[in-house]
Amino acid sequence: MSSPEQWTHPEPDAAPAATAAKPTAEQVIAGLRATDEGGADLVQLLTPEGERVSHPDFDIDITPEELRGLYRDMVLIRRVDREANALQRKGQLGIWVPLLGQEAAQIGAGRAMRQTDMAFPSYREHGIAWTRGINPTELLGIFRGTDQGTWDPVEKRFHPYTIVIGNQVLNAAGYAMGQKFDGKVGDDEGEATMCFFGDGATSQGDVHEGFVWAAVYDAPLVFFCQNNQWAISEPTERQSRLPLYQRARGYGFPGIRVDGNDVLATLAVTKWALDECRHGNGPILIEAFTYRMDAHTTSDDPTRYRLSDELEMWKLKDPIERVKVYLVRQQWADSEFFDGVEADADKLGEELREFCTNMPDPPAERIFSNVYAEGNPNLEAQRDEFLDYVSGFAGGEH
Amino acid sequence: MAAPTMDRSTAAAPASPQTLTISKALNMGLRAAMEANPKVIMMGEDIGKLGGVFRITDGLQKDFGEQRVLDTPLAESGIIGTAVGLAIRGYRPVCEIQFDGFIFPGFDQIVSQVAKLHYRTQGKIKMPIVIRVPFGGGIGAVEHHSESPESYFAHTAGLKVVSCSNPADAYWMIQQAIDCDDPVLFFEPKRRYYEKGEVDTTTQPGKLFESRVLRQGTDATLVAYGPMVRTSLDAANAAAEDGTSLEVIDLRTLSPLDLAPVFESVRRTGRLVVVSEAPSESSIASEIAAKVQQECFYSLQAPVLRVTGFDTPYPPSKLEEEFLPDLDRVLHAVDRSLAW
Repeated sequence: MSSPEQWTHPEPDAAPAATAAKPTAEQVIAGLRATDEGGADLVQLLTPEGERVSHPDFDIDITPEELRGLYRDMVLIRRVDREANALQRKGQLGIWVPLLGQEAAQIGAGRAMRQTDMAFPSYREHGIAWTRGINPTELLGIFRGTDQGTWDPVEKRFHPYTIVIGNQVLNAAGYAMGQKFDGKVGDDEGEATMCFFGDGATSQGDVHEGFVWAAVYDAPLVFFCQNNQWAISEPTERQSRLPLYQRARGYGFPGIRVDGNDVLATLAVTKWALDECRHGNGPILIEAFTYRMDAHTTSDDPTRYRLSDELEMWKLKDPIERVKVYLVRQQWADSEFFDGVEADADKLGEELREFCTNMPDPPAERIFSNVYAEGNPNLEAQRDEFLDYVSGFAGGEH
Repeated sequence: MAAPTMDRSTAAAPASPQTLTISKALNMGLRAAMEANPKVIMMGEDIGKLGGVFRITDGLQKDFGEQRVLDTPLAESGIIGTAVGLAIRGYRPVCEIQFDGFIFPGFDQIVSQVAKLHYRTQGKIKMPIVIRVPFGGGIGAVEHHSESPESYFAHTAGLKVVSCSNPADAYWMIQQAIDCDDPVLFFEPKRRYYEKGEVDTTTQPGKLFESRVLRQGTDATLVAYGPMVRTSLDAANAAAEDGTSLEVIDLRTLSPLDLAPVFESVRRTGRLVVVSEAPSESSIASEIAAKVQQECFYSLQAPVLRVTGFDTPYPPSKLEEEFLPDLDRVLHAVDRSLAW
């Protein structure tokens, strides 16, 4: 494997900066590698068994306090996810999009960002939202049907959830172009953008175009693909013959596959990628190799298309357990710490339930509000006519 | 951001009013908007060095630099999708879609993101994006170069849609569209690009989202927009020679529709013919007919008639003279209305 320096500063005449040993023709044709874990290509710093391993290109110094923080983040966002899933089962949410299993990918990537960086999520990025300072209660309205995301995307530097697969990749490319046009790229203080999407999205034209745009404009953009192996019922091999991270080569920028269940490796690789981008060496693709432990949404039934032994295998690679094992083994955390995190999670879950069950329905005017920035007299007439109709019912209830 | 390199001392405003083509008026309008606001940027295929296939952006990249006039990769979803991100970043992108029939790869970004982000965020994100589309037929082109897709966009909440029909409107409406905080689809009548008219570059003639009576008349009302305004004015001239007085209204704004002048006119004339190149089913013309029967029911002396392209794909260009409404088809409809 070549070094990051080689990737980002290629010599024109040098041999291609291979990111992996070349697959044999048979391997490529067999189409096995898209779902193969990648062996030596997979950047890993903490094994599923909680063993700290080193990596020649991507390593990271982490203090006990920092690692405890990452552990706490992952436990809390998993609790948010499980509570919201339960709230859907109780009829309090119309639907929920589970995050289970992807905590390390999102907390690692999210905690690598600076406040001045911008993030463009898909719709499963509850962990990224957490790291951007979005209160989890603000995610509920989207899935309860009371709003479409209430946070301020400019202040939080966290774009609204994007539901059309792949759209946000182009939006992120444009934003990153703007960072460059604004002269905010080129040194340690530079800005960068992160864009989140899944394995399924990589088949979308918008993702291809986003790769092209970011590359030809040298945009400071980190493409963060969470390959959770399943796009609803379709496995990644239905999206790609080649491992997804290797696609980057065709666009002229580095692609790196990281163990998406390893929060340390994800943090290290993402920090490096953001740093390269803020210095003007973007874009970069990261494929976080992970697994969707729950259904696509609460409306989905994964037992129809995947075997439970696959799930059992991935349970052994749990992103939280390996950190807990390491913290204990290093004596970086004691039972008081773990009990405290559990208590915090209980409290957070309670707040979420309390908030959700008391969320009011929006008023009828909300149908018509903010369709336009500068108004539309025809729409205003339609609104007035409807509100007049509604107010005609006894008691003003509709 | 690169500073504009244009030497302003050599660009003193020529005397006004001047006689300009629609093409030149658009070019000057774009230039004025770029001079007025450094956040205005142009994006599109071949718009920089080449100046656009119709030369509407001619000379702008030379004067404002490659960072403000972007020759983009060849992908329309990419043009619109990155314009969204640039708008969030504080820019005011003006996107050129090279031909009407090429807007559809960008359709998803337009209806899913451009149209809805303001609503989704309840005003926290604005989308001050202009999407310029040379549209309509009459130039003898191959397939996909002569279409009238405006109804798709007028049907989409969150977008505003306008069309200019003359050089003065071209000059002012493009600047007003760029100033608008809502996304504006700006349809340019490509077959009329080289028609001339007087442009007063010192005084704004009116607001963007307003229809305008271009010719007063008493016997029937013609409503048109874009390339069909010229056709309708020609029809009114011909009718006048036969003693029929036609009122002609240039719609100018397709969304929101400004039909107050149309209602006022129809209440006087009792007869309305809507003229448009687009196929008639579920079109702008349909919407006008529906609204006019609702607002002017007791004033109508005849049903609202539509003179439009047919409900077919745009035909091979040797047939476009039959496909496109012309003076005779407009007058034929007027005769039917008057004879009702």
